[in-house]
This record gives sequence, structure tokens and C-alpha cells, in this order.
Amino acid sequence: MKNNVITSLKNACAVGEAKFLNYSNHRRLKPLIRKNGELVEASLDEAIRKSAEILAAASYPILYGWSCTSCEAIRVGLELAEEIGGVIDNTSTICHGPSVLSIQDIGIASCTLGQLRHRADLIIYWGSNPWSAHPRHIDRYTAFSKGRFQPSAWRGYLSRLSATLAKKRLLRAASLILRRKISVPPEVNESPFYALARKERKMIVVDVRRTRSAELADYFLRVEPNKDYELLQALRMLIRDEELDVDEVAGVPVDVLEEIADVMIGCELGVLFFGVGLTMSQGKLRNVDAALSLVRDLNQRTKFLIMPMRGHFNVTGADTVFTWQTGFPYAVDFSHGYPRYNPGETSVMDILCRGEADAGLIVASDPVAHFPREAVQNLVNNPLIVIDPHVSATSLMADVVIPSAFVGIETEGTAYRMDHVPLPLKKVVEPPKGCQPDTVILQRILRQVRKLKRQEGEGN
Amino acid sequence: MDLCVKDGKIVEKVNEKKAKIIDASGMIVMPGGVDIHSHIAGSEVNAGRLLRPEDHFKDVEAKTPLTRSGVGYSVPSTFTTGYRYARMGYTTVMNPAMPPLEARHTHEELDDTPMVDKATYPLLGDWWFVLEYLRDGMIEECARHVAWMIGATKGYAIKLVNPGGLEAWGFGRNVRNIDDPVPYFNITPREIIRGLCIVNQILRMPHTIHVHTNNLGKPGNYLTALETMKCVENLRKGDRPIIHITHCQFSAFKGSDWRTMGSGAEEIAKYVNGHSHVTLDMGQVVFTDTTTMTADGPFQYILHQLSGNKWVNHDVETETSSGIVPFRYRRKSYVHATQWTIGLELALLIEDPWKIFLTTDHPNAAPFTTYPKIVSWLMSRKAREKAIGKISRRARRKSLLPSIEREYSFYEIAIATRAGTAKCLGLRQKGHLGAGADADIAIYNLNPKQVDPSKKYMAVRKAFGKSAYTIKDGEIVAKDGEIVKSVDGRTFWVNVKLSSASDEVASDMKRKFREYWTVEYENYPVPEGYLTRSAPISVKAEV
Amino acid sequence: MPKLKVSLLTGRTLSQGQGKEYGKLSEEYWKRVAVCEIDPEDMKHLEIKEGQNVKLTTSFGSAVVRAVKSARGPHPRVVFIPYGPWANLLVNPRTHGTGMPSFKGLSAEIEPAPGEKVLSLEDLMKKHYERE
Repeated sequence: MKNNVITSLKNACAVGEAKFLNYSNHRRLKPLIRKNGELVEASLDEAIRKSAEILAAASYPILYGWSCTSCEAIRVGLELAEEIGGVIDNTSTICHGPSVLSIQDIGIASCTLGQLRHRADLIIYWGSNPWSAHPRHIDRYTAFSKGRFQPSAWRGYLSRLSATLAKKRLLRAASLILRRKISVPPEVNESPFYALARKERKMIVVDVRRTRSAELADYFLRVEPNKDYELLQALRMLIRDEELDVDEVAGVPVDVLEEIADVMIGCELGVLFFGVGLTMSQGKLRNVDAALSLVRDLNQRTKFLIMPMRGHFNVTGADTVFTWQTGFPYAVDFSHGYPRYNPGETSVMDILCRGEADAGLIVASDPVAHFPREAVQNLVNNPLIVIDPHVSATSLMADVVIPSAFVGIETEGTAYRMDHVPLPLKKVVEPPKGCQPDTVILQRILRQVRKLKRQEGEGN
Repeated sequence: MDLCVKDGKIVEKVNEKKAKIIDASGMIVMPGGVDIHSHIAGSEVNAGRLLRPEDHFKDVEAKTPLTRSGVGYSVPSTFTTGYRYARMGYTTVMNPAMPPLEARHTHEELDDTPMVDKATYPLLGDWWFVLEYLRDGMIEECARHVAWMIGATKGYAIKLVNPGGLEAWGFGRNVRNIDDPVPYFNITPREIIRGLCIVNQILRMPHTIHVHTNNLGKPGNYLTALETMKCVENLRKGDRPIIHITHCQFSAFKGSDWRTMGSGAEEIAKYVNGHSHVTLDMGQVVFTDTTTMTADGPFQYILHQLSGNKWVNHDVETETSSGIVPFRYRRKSYVHATQWTIGLELALLIEDPWKIFLTTDHPNAAPFTTYPKIVSWLMSRKAREKAIGKISRRARRKSLLPSIEREYSFYEIAIATRAGTAKCLGLRQKGHLGAGADADIAIYNLNPKQVDPSKKYMAVRKAFGKSAYTIKDGEIVAKDGEIVKSVDGRTFWVNVKLSSASDEVASDMKRKFREYWTVEYENYPVPEGYLTRSAPISVKAEV
Repeated sequence: MPKLKVSLLTGRTLSQGQGKEYGKLSEEYWKRVAVCEIDPEDMKHLEIKEGQNVKLTTSFGSAVVRAVKSARGPHPRVVFIPYGPWANLLVNPRTHGTGMPSFKGLSAEIEPAPGEKVLSLEDLMKKHYERE
């Protein structure tokens, strides 16, 4: 660090590095209020007052975001939502919400990431591309990590890689010398049985296309789009020793599936990571149902665990805090004075598409960039308050913009890792003057809302 | 007789002209309830809340000017938990299972649980450091590391759950009895239990080791419970207890399978009556739909297979595991009905009320809101007969319970729900109304001179369900079942002061941290400032 | 002009994740997110080259983005577009009672769009989200 500016990073992944080094570009420093159609600078007091007015006057406001801020801020957010009788929702609703719905039906056999580092010898990534979305996952926690009972598979991968490269070079050299195309019999290790025959850690990637994570895997299984459900159920049948009447499922030959099922049953401890590839395709939560059930059934034969690959910084923390304070993980509606939960009805996407919300508070999130067009149109047609350190697309359309401090850089807090382990976030630099932490901003708005309601009560 | 309160404490006398007077004539005045074992906070409890939206829909609490909104029923949200305990006259609750890696989560939830003082027990019976040091016979080293862990997690007591079994569950296995060695670690549950019992004495912890036995929920396991109690017999010093067997009902099954399953309460009661080094709590079943949640991963998996209900499993690296399965106890089920009789038999056959306490292992055997019902069963044979008349006929015929005449008195109830538990926990300012005690007082609207609890058990239930007054630290917080003031309780934890250099332990932990865990050493301990109202209890260890 | 019926998938890329940390309004973000990845064989069929503009149409809307040759092929008739405002013009907002819109596996049509421009984020917002 130099002069309160971060200059370099150790130990971070590519996304983290980009975040820490660039956070001060494209950020807000002053509060803004829309007057006569234009956003103009205002004092923090004015911005807080205007926000409180909007929220106190609304009959069905939505409070959305929450995944990129601390648990402490989320606690204040819940109190605010309860006070104004609004609907509070977090980014799970467009990400792993369906996984939560499935878990509520079936349960989930899971663990903390260290258990996998120590014990897992079979790792499956399904509909998830950790290389892109969770860049350090594989070397910190899974295939390339070293545990008490399992060594790293890194050397094995390197030797496979050098063997493949050597072969490519030889082929090219041969074709140059002999001046014709050389053909080689198809790879023997195309079959899962050979690819996965080793005793050490093995990684399988299942996806609709050959992602970068698939390149690192011992075996890549290509599934047709929207056919994950069939494939999962087929594997479920095979591990229960049932026969499949067809020759292929979802584009995969059944004898390949039988070998995969054998590998799954034969492992010491296996883990299935799944991503939004399952929650967002056709079938949504039903795909996750199948995955959770497959792993649950596998526990009759061996030890097997499953984990959703959650992104979005502190979305796990948002779900966790919502659940302990209200009993429900997201899409919580306080309009009746007590928490109600019915995704599909009380979730923010549906409320916006039905045009029922009459105000919005967005905290540390950018729905204008990430929501489908119809939802965005409804969101911007109502009074909109944004609390965010970034210049986001949503803040460009807001009526009140309040700049905040970056959690984990300029202010401390607690966040939860994807496996529910709580971690403290530190303050590394001072925030710019005028950029308060979310907790402070929200508490001030809450106090002002209560003041307005008291005054209204007295007036009547 | 008058009781005087000043500055949050009970005192000898106060200036009557300036004092606020509460007329409690014709009512029962007890110290505030102290619950020794109730799952109210932490990752497994929250996973239970998440798993059961259907449990919440039927039981909601709306926001009031004084209270936050929330939901029940068997896994209530945090605010609701605090309010419901306060309404019953309880003022201290112990959260019995905290995975050390996720201690922060437990404390965040405890901070959001209003009205009551609280503490929590870190799970140490399968911690790799404990297993390794005990296996190598390094008892003092083990004690120093346990002391570090208690301080790092802001814990109150050493908790063991199926010792050794949870490490085996890491690979899907379990231990079969207390002499079955733990795979890869070459140590037996007996050695773990004895080792931690000695560690507990070395560290001079206020409470004993708190043990959930191996083989929980398995027919014939009363033998394991007896062996567990016996295996530390020769470690006792004088008459003080050195081991607490929790929710003993689940560990008191006779028989060899579910058909021949029966009550082992008589044998266990006989042992406890003849020995002074053990205390127990009931784990009483009530016939209702509830949620089981324990750190006993393998047991919870078996329960899932038996019931077919949805199942959550969460193994925690290096330390422990947990499992959650919804469960309904049915009157007409022979096994459930027998379980129901076991808890009551334990409480009625053990003669000394200072040895057995009222719990339901909330929410495993029942939600804590059923305590008033259990009080009425303990106090009234008539109430028991009415309940027995409705259960499975086969269970009724085989049970000892119908022949038991004993009925608890109000004094014995006070011991079972507050005085006894506070003493067992080493909380010297709780559980009594003498000068110097915290002014945590519960006043129940029941006149013992006019109401015979043996006959009027419905009145007993009603009175204990809604206190006339609940007083916390000298302030009236609940009146006639309504919260009149929202307060935040303290979080107790034990600050173990080692006689020798404790920074050696810290550097040992630092070196090994990355090998054992996937978090950094600096991020693991919970700083004291994290707790809203930290209340450390200092002890000076022998090492 | 040649058209193709494809299955459209939206998703994260490392590039998009990094890009958003530069700020949504930045050129970096636009370069990395207003694109779509097409299988090389499909590109031949459509007679387009890398960097040229294509138009994607679903029953919910249409968007013009830059074509990028996919290095992750073969995935015939599957087009990949990163999360973001351009993708959101095309996705299905209906949640079918789950709260989750349909972001993946949408039926779409893809055609070359030589005469059309890829909107900047500001222009896109002006066109679609201007308040009434």
C-alpha cells in the first residue's frame, strides 16, 4: 500500500485482484438526488431524509441486493424492511434460489471445504465453471490441494498435460517430415474407466460445452442443454442397480454412464459441486432436486457430499442472516407485520413483473444490469434509492444515490463463505470522506423513518 | 417474606419508601429458569430453520412497538426464541453445541437472541488436536490447547458428542462402543472421555464435561451410557460431579432391536442413585412434530433412513459434524411411547433432584415451549395417567411408569429447572434468591396453599406457561405473558488463565493451522468485542 | 441473409467478472460483455468473421452484439452470451412460480447484422429504460 492506495496484492485470485486494485475507479464520492430529471449533488443529510421519505410513504417497497455487503449491514436492512412493511430479497433469488427451494424439500448432505481438501478422491463439477467464477477453488480446496488423507493431483495433471503436448508436437513433426496427415487411433483414455482408473484424486466436469475447467479435468462429460435432469436421474438409477432401457441419455451413451456410476460408488469420498447451469436451465429447481437426491442415495453406498457453488461475495451470509432473524432465507415479505415467504409470489422478480412494487431500495447490487428487461422497466418507473460505492447502471437511473464504503477494503464486517464458514473482513484503507459504511447509512435511514412515522402518528 | 432488589442484584434490604413494590402474595416466586441444554443458535440450528419453512408458516409473531417479528414452531427465529423463554420465566439458556470453526455464527445468533443470558459449548470430542495429544499421552499439552480453543471460541464448557464417532463419520463410518478405535487415529472413545474429563479438572472449568454418549438412539445403548459413566468413576475427587450425561432418555434403551426395545431407565437410575460423580438431564419426548438436530452425524443419517424424512448433513473439517431431520413422535408408536416413558422414569426414579434436570434437548425431543406440560407430568400422577391412557397399549403394558407414585414438589421443580442446573453449571449468581444473586426472578400465578398441583395440573401448566412477572437483572421484562421491556442478555464464557506461558500454544497452533484448516489463523478466534455483552468468568488452570 | 436457430445460454466468464470490477460504464466492460461466443462451424454457416456484429432474437426481445469465435467448441447451435444488460434484453422474465427467471437454454435466432451498431450501455438504457 502507498498513500492509502493499494498497489499490489498477494494470495488473491484474478477477480479479487481486479476488485482490490480497481475499486477506486468508477466509484461515487458524493450523494446525489434527482431534481427536475437530473442527478445533482446533495448533502448526506438531504439524501438520508429523501430516502426515508420515499420509504415511509411507500405501501409495498422492495429492498434488494445485500449480497455484496456485511452481515452487520444486512441485520439493519432486515430491521428497516420490517419497520416499513416491505419485501426484502437478496441475489439468491436470481442465482441459487431454486437450490434453496430444493434443499427445503429434500435436505442436503454437505460439509465445509476443508473436509474435501482432506478426504475427497472424486470431485465432480456439474454445470459450474470454477476456473471462471471461483478461480482458486480447484487449487485451494479440491483436485490440486493437499489434504491429510489425500495428496494433490497437480503432478498427475501436469504429467498428463505434458504427455498430451508431447504427442501433439510429435504428430505435427511427423506430418511435416512425411508431408501427409498422420492419423492416430482414438484415445484409449476416452473411456471413463481408463481416465479415472487411478487411486489418487480425480476430477470430472459435466457441462454443455468444454469450458476451461473441463480442460483441467480427468474426464469431461458433455450434456445436451436442458437435459441435466435426465442425466442425473439416469445416474441415480444406475447407482441403485437399476437397468436403463435406452442406449443414450442426454447425448451420453449408457455404457459411459455405467462406468461413471461405478467410479462414483467406488470412491472413498466424493463431492458434487453444482452451479447455475442447473438452477437456470429448464426445470430449474427440479434439476437440483435430482442432484440432491442422487447424492443422498449415494450415501447408502459410500460417503458423498454436495455443495452449490455460490458466488456473489456474501450471498451465503445474506441467506444465513435472513434465516436466523425471520426463519426464511430470501424473498421475505413483511407487509403483514410478520415474515411471509413464498418464492414465485414474494420474490422480487415476480413482484416487479406484476408491477406491484411502488418503491425500491437497492443495496450493493446492480439489478438494472442483471435483471431481465421487463423487471428493470418496472423497477425504474418507481422511486429508486441506491446505496453502493460503485457507479452502477442502477445508480444512473436512481432518484437518490448514496455512496458507501467498500466492505472488506474500507470497512470491516462479517461474511460467509460458500460452505457457511463465517469469516471476518478487515479494513485495509480509510474510506474517502463522506463515504460511510452501509451499516451507518441504513441506521440513519431507519431512525429517520421512525421519526417520520411518529410524526405522522401524532398528526392523526 | 420479602425479596429486595437493587442495581440488578438481590440484596438484604432496600429503602421501602423509594422502591417499586410488586405484590406477589399468593404466588410462587422462583429464580429465573436456567436451561442447561437447548439448541437455539448456530449453524445447525439455522440449517434447521432453513429446512423447515412449513414449521414456520403455522406459527408467526407479528411486530409490536417493543418486539421484533418472527416465527416458531420447533425451530423459532432468534428474537422469538428470546421472547418465548422470557414469557415462561426463563432467564438463562445454554446453547449446547457449537462447531468451533463456525463459532462466529453461533455468537452472531446469540447476540440476536434477546431477553436471556446465554453461553455455548464448543464441540471438542473429535477435534484432531484432542485426538492426537490424548493418543500420545500428552495430557497437559492437550489441556493447554483446549484452553486456547475455549478462549478462541468464547465457549463455556467442553462438549463431547459421540466421541470418536464424528471423526469416523468423516468417511461415512461410526464407532460401535467405547472401546472401538477411531479409524486413522488409534484412540478409543473411552480414552477421549477420560482424557477430556482430566483436562476439565486441570483447567478447573465451572461445569463438568457435557457428554452425548456413543450409540445414541440405538436399542441396547443403556449399556453404553452405564459404561460411559463408569469409565470416569476413578477420576472423581470427593462428591462433586465430574461428568454430565445429556438428554439421557436417548441413551437409555434396552433391547436388541426396535421390536424388543424397552426402557433401561431403571438400571441407569439405580447407578446414579448409588454414585455422586454424575448428573443427567432428561431429554423428555412430547408427542408432536419437531426437528431433530445434533452433532451426531451418523445417528442423524440413521434417523433419516428410519423415517424417510428430508435430511441435512454438515461435516466440519478437523472438528465435528451435524445432521438435521424433521421428526414426529406419535402416541401410538410403541417406540415413541416407550421413549416418552423413559424420560419421566429417569426423573422419578432418581431420588436426588440435584442430579437430574428438566430438558427436552430442544428441539430434538420437543420444543422448549412444552416445558410447562412436562412440569405437570412430574408433579401429578393424574396427569401422567391421562397421558398414559392414550399411548400405545403395548408400551403401556411394558412400562414401569404407571406404577410410580412419586410426584415432584414445587421445590423439586425449582431444582430441576433452575437451582440444580445453575449449580451444575457453576453459575454461582444464578438459580437462587440469596443476597448477591443476579436479580433474575420468575413469579408464577399459582398459590401453593390453595392449589394442589397433583390434582390441578392444568392450572400448573397454565401458570408455568405464562409467568405473572419475569424479572431480568432487576427489571420487569415480562408481565402476564407479554413482553413489557426488551433487553439484551450477557454471553458468559470461560477465560482460562494458564500458569505457564500460553504463547507457546499460540505458536504451535499458528504453525499447524494451514495444514489442518482452510481458514487463516488470524481469522479463527472470535474477538471479545464481537459479543454485545461479554461476561467472561476467569479460572486459573493447574497447568 | 443466413439465419440459424440456436439455444442461447447466459453465464459468467472470468473476463466478465474482472470487467465489472472496472466499472459497468467502462470500455473494458463493454468489450467483454456486449459479445457472444459462437461455434466456428456455425460462424462459417452464417458467413461471419470474428468481431462482426450479429443480431440475436428471442420471443422476448432482440440485441445486437459482437461475435467472438468460441475456443470452447464444438458446441454446434449453442451460443453463449455473458451476463449483463445485453443478455437481459433476450431472457425470459417468467419464473414459473420459482422466483427465478429463465437465463439459460432459450430458443433464439441468430443472424449477421452488418449495418447495425452494438449499443453502448448508456444508449441501451436510454432506449429501453427511459422513464415514462
